[in-house]
Amino acid sequence: MTLRLTQGSLRHANGVDALRSVDLHIAAGEQVAIIGPSGAGKSSLLNLLATALRPSSGDIEVLGERAWHLSARQRQRLRARIGLVHQAPPLPPRQRVVTAVLAGKLGQWSLGKSLLNLLHPLDVAGARAALARLDLGDKLFAHCQQLSGGQLQRVGIARVLYQAPQVLLADEPVSAMDPVMAGHTLSVLSRHAREHNVTLVASLHAVDLALAHFPRIIGLRDGQVLFDSPSGQVSHEMLDALYANEKLQSPTAAVAPLTVQIPRC
Amino acid sequence: MLKADSRDPAAWPRLLLTVLAIAVLWPGIHLSELNLGVLLPDSQNEMGRFVAQFWPPAHDPAFLQILLTATLQTLAIATAGMALALLLAVPASLIASRALSLSAASRGGVPSRLGRLLRWPVRGLLIFLRSVPEIVWALLFVRAVGLGPAAGVLAIAITYSGMLGKVYAEIFESTDQRPAHALMQAGSGRLAAFAYGTLPNVAAELLSYSVYRWECAIRASVVMGFVGAGGLGQQIDLSIRMFAGGEVASMLLMFLLLVLMADQFSRLLRWRLA
Repeated sequence: MTLRLTQGSLRHANGVDALRSVDLHIAAGEQVAIIGPSGAGKSSLLNLLATALRPSSGDIEVLGERAWHLSARQRQRLRARIGLVHQAPPLPPRQRVVTAVLAGKLGQWSLGKSLLNLLHPLDVAGARAALARLDLGDKLFAHCQQLSGGQLQRVGIARVLYQAPQVLLADEPVSAMDPVMAGHTLSVLSRHAREHNVTLVASLHAVDLALAHFPRIIGLRDGQVLFDSPSGQVSHEMLDALYANEKLQSPTAAVAPLTVQIPRC
Repeated sequence: MLKADSRDPAAWPRLLLTVLAIAVLWPGIHLSELNLGVLLPDSQNEMGRFVAQFWPPAHDPAFLQILLTATLQTLAIATAGMALALLLAVPASLIASRALSLSAASRGGVPSRLGRLLRWPVRGLLIFLRSVPEIVWALLFVRAVGLGPAAGVLAIAITYSGMLGKVYAEIFESTDQRPAHALMQAGSGRLAAFAYGTLPNVAAELLSYSVYRWECAIRASVVMGFVGAGGLGQQIDLSIRMFAGGEVASMLLMFLLLVLMADQFSRLLRWRLA
């Protein structure tokens, strides 16, 4: 079992319950999409699975290790095997794309190698290969501030591809991309996961993309799992119940209010 | 009178504030015995004769040789002092800053209680270092290591390490923390996360602040020269005592040149980094 969340709850500092007693088991090599209305706790769940946030109660087990029972050093070693794609990739505006991508391996490199890489990129070919899969090979030496929101999201994905983690978590990885590029990027992610036996969990706004690319769908609503079923068995009624408050007529309309958030970088 | 629709609601408070400011300042001018009349170049008053001494600036070769040596000494005091200060300030700022907190990355930016507790001694050290003005340190060191530039270097190193360390730590915290946090959440070490996530955002500000502090160190080294710590200050002190106004004028011009140079240097560096 790669990911096991038992009775996981998360309460933010402002007292809002983001997740309430969520149980989740995801096996090695599985590909899972998390869907749900905004504010349902999708990002919180992914951050919990990535060991980026500590659950307020409950237990999280990643790759067979109980993350919050480890020492800080061991936890950092575990985190190096987990990759998290952020919705708005946190990249410094003045950093070059090649450096931002190579930063994916910081958890595996020694400090000396990391600092040397800052002065002179040590693996240009590796960064170029990761970017080329996302059709960004020509932006290798551009600065992050010169890229659009969708291009930045792809740089963030290239960083995680270069990191080559055993668990790949993606938080709205394609929210700022056009539909064609979004489909292409998701298929790159799922192909990478299949080829390297990586466990892939992605949260998505677009229900049709989730149904098309992922065999298992988890519906999250109000911090709780509403349904967890193979994508073939997800019915209109289930989706209507999932997005009920938003008064949507059909699940395809759920794609419409996709807000393009331009990241700060 | 103004019509109701064009009346500025802030007009009365502004007028009142102006009246209040004048009412407060006027007794102050009287109490400090400030009389701007003495500044007018009039042959009858002392100030006029004093100012007249400053022209022309001294420029004989022997004096210029002394001036050059003193200027180089001042620059050397400021630079050596800054270098020593950086040796202490950089590690101290990295320890004192919350930007490198591993626990903050998974707690929404708030470090753990233990982390906050451990940062306090370093903050206390920085406060101690900068709480005593450099001129006081210079007076102490002139007694301890004797007259000369070494006292100035040590005084600058001590006070400036406190200032630089505090401001560096705050600059690290004032920028966007998410890049560094994301890297730490992906398993990277603190220093690597700092170098990749924080440093690119703060490099220009760090640099401009450091060059500005170097400029301040040049000024400070001149002031410390008056208490015997070498450099331009000591020469100005000597010239004032000898009523050599021309020499003082040349040294003040040199001073202007130094600050101008520091300013241009800072602009050049910022332009290269931006």
